[in-house]
Amino acid sequence: MSMRGFWPAVPALLLLFFFFLFPVVRMLGFSLEGGSFDWYAKALGEGLYLRVFWNTFEIALLVTFFCLLLGYPLGFLMATTTPLWATVGFIFVLLPLWTSVLVRTYAWMVLLGRNGVFNRLLIDAGIVEDPLPLLHNFTGVMIGMVHVLLPYMVLPVYGAVRRLDPAIVAAAEGLGASSWRIFWRIYLPLTLNGIFAGAVIVFVLSLGFYITPALLGGGRVIMIAVLIEQQVRETLNWPFAAALSAVLLAFTFAVYALAQRFTRPQETA
Amino acid sequence: MQESAELRIEGAAKRFGEVAALDGVSLQVARGELLTILGPSGSGKTTLLKVVAGFEKPDAGWVKIDGVEITALPPARRDIGMVFQNYALFPHLTVERNVAFPLEMRNVAKPEIVRRVAEALALVELAGYEQRLPRQLSGGQQQRVALARAIVFNPRLLLLDEPFGALDRKLRETMQLEVRRLQRRLGLTTIFITHDQEEALVLSDRVAVMNKGTIQQIATTTEIYERPANDFVADFVGESNIFHGTMSAPGEVTLEGGRTLKVRSDKSAGAKVGVLMRPERFDTGGANLFTGDVIESVYLGTSFKLRLACAGGLELLVRQPARGPLPATGARIEVGIDPKAIHVF
Repeated sequence: MSMRGFWPAVPALLLLFFFFLFPVVRMLGFSLEGGSFDWYAKALGEGLYLRVFWNTFEIALLVTFFCLLLGYPLGFLMATTTPLWATVGFIFVLLPLWTSVLVRTYAWMVLLGRNGVFNRLLIDAGIVEDPLPLLHNFTGVMIGMVHVLLPYMVLPVYGAVRRLDPAIVAAAEGLGASSWRIFWRIYLPLTLNGIFAGAVIVFVLSLGFYITPALLGGGRVIMIAVLIEQQVRETLNWPFAAALSAVLLAFTFAVYALAQRFTRPQETA
Repeated sequence: MQESAELRIEGAAKRFGEVAALDGVSLQVARGELLTILGPSGSGKTTLLKVVAGFEKPDAGWVKIDGVEITALPPARRDIGMVFQNYALFPHLTVERNVAFPLEMRNVAKPEIVRRVAEALALVELAGYEQRLPRQLSGGQQQRVALARAIVFNPRLLLLDEPFGALDRKLRETMQLEVRRLQRRLGLTTIFITHDQEEALVLSDRVAVMNKGTIQQIATTTEIYERPANDFVADFVGESNIFHGTMSAPGEVTLEGGRTLKVRSDKSAGAKVGVLMRPERFDTGGANLFTGDVIESVYLGTSFKLRLACAGGLELLVRQPARGPLPATGARIEVGIDPKAIHVF
């Protein structure tokens, strides 16, 4: 990049430096308090913390899986339906995205509670006798996170399907392929990039999720971000919180690097 | 091996909102024939092709292959090979897998797929390229893959949708001849769509000229060029001088400006007629002489292209063999044309 092209980026770079890079470096400094790696040894050595990391990973994977399961068909339909239905789809996908996570999460609490809307409906309909445990547990966290993160899966999938040349699909059809085979042999392989992009975004965002697991998990589902917050706020153990954050950051980078390796050789048409 | 088929279309009509893309089109393509559908963009030729391929359902009319109606049959069950404008190769599959695709869809046995793919690739002279991806091929090679993929399953009909549009002139000419050779050799009933009249003349047995959703004329290439049915065909195919007038006597037309021409025509006296004179049919003398001032003169290598302003407001486009000096603008020259070189319609 020539210097001329570089100057317009300076304000943003300064902002990132002072409000992002600098705090992160400061935080890493906390974690190495006294020049020792003790806090890292604690973070990676004690079963309790490893379990939280593992938990976080597991939840992120499951959230990604469910987002894919729900998001691919939705993105696919939005890309292939009439413009009117696509617009309706967009409104439903984007509206939540424009709403605060906090608001959405509280809304889920209203819906999922023991006396929440869902349980009332289920009981009134005679489907269940006792209210289902949907809140302050794993299920609640899953529902909330999938809902919040779904748009990040739908949009890349939608983009990938839209980018596909309709003539390619028509060609497959004309050459004798059934809809089922067109999907498996043409659509799916040619939209893998979109799936991958969506999955990486959802997974990475899930790793650091805080509000939703904190509120919907009711203290029973501990994700790493929740643990970090406890260290800072309740035990005032800043160095340990910093070490946990650094480990999470490293994991996130690792996932991202791995994803890059997989996406690079693949190009769309 | 499946026989190539005969195609009939009767009264095909299709509207998109207010626009009639097809307005009652009927035509017939004989077994093994190559019919070109020639027309400007928006003439309905692509819609007609889609109706044949099954991507578009006509509002009225029917399509029959070998006497069996297929109007409502989905594309996948029509057994029609098609080459798309931009080839529409599967970008994630190798050449081999692209060509194997229609056979796999028909659950052909593995060894036979291998044999037939090799055969088809040899036919389009692409043996040795099996493992390449489409993006690793040149435009001409991609075109050959598309062609191999369209013929490998012995389709009953081959459709070519402006397949040469993206190729440069030289490659286009090579591919045109190659497609023609292949089509003859396989005896494939073929419909070829183009807006390029030159291409239509090179490739076809017969040409159907389309405009505004209707067929203006279906005839052999010479017929279309020498004896067009109306103004549109005369104007669209080749360069032309078109005038209108009245048969003032047997073998004589009086043009709207008052000028009379000696022609060969059995039209009755008093009939309103159109007159076509091709620029290259003018000579230095003849039964009809025109004297005019050169208002435009272009040197084209093999010929001079001249625009003449003649008496009575008549403007003529004339091509002369490029011999001697190029007539300068403003020069007054005389050209003539024989009655039998004038087409009356």
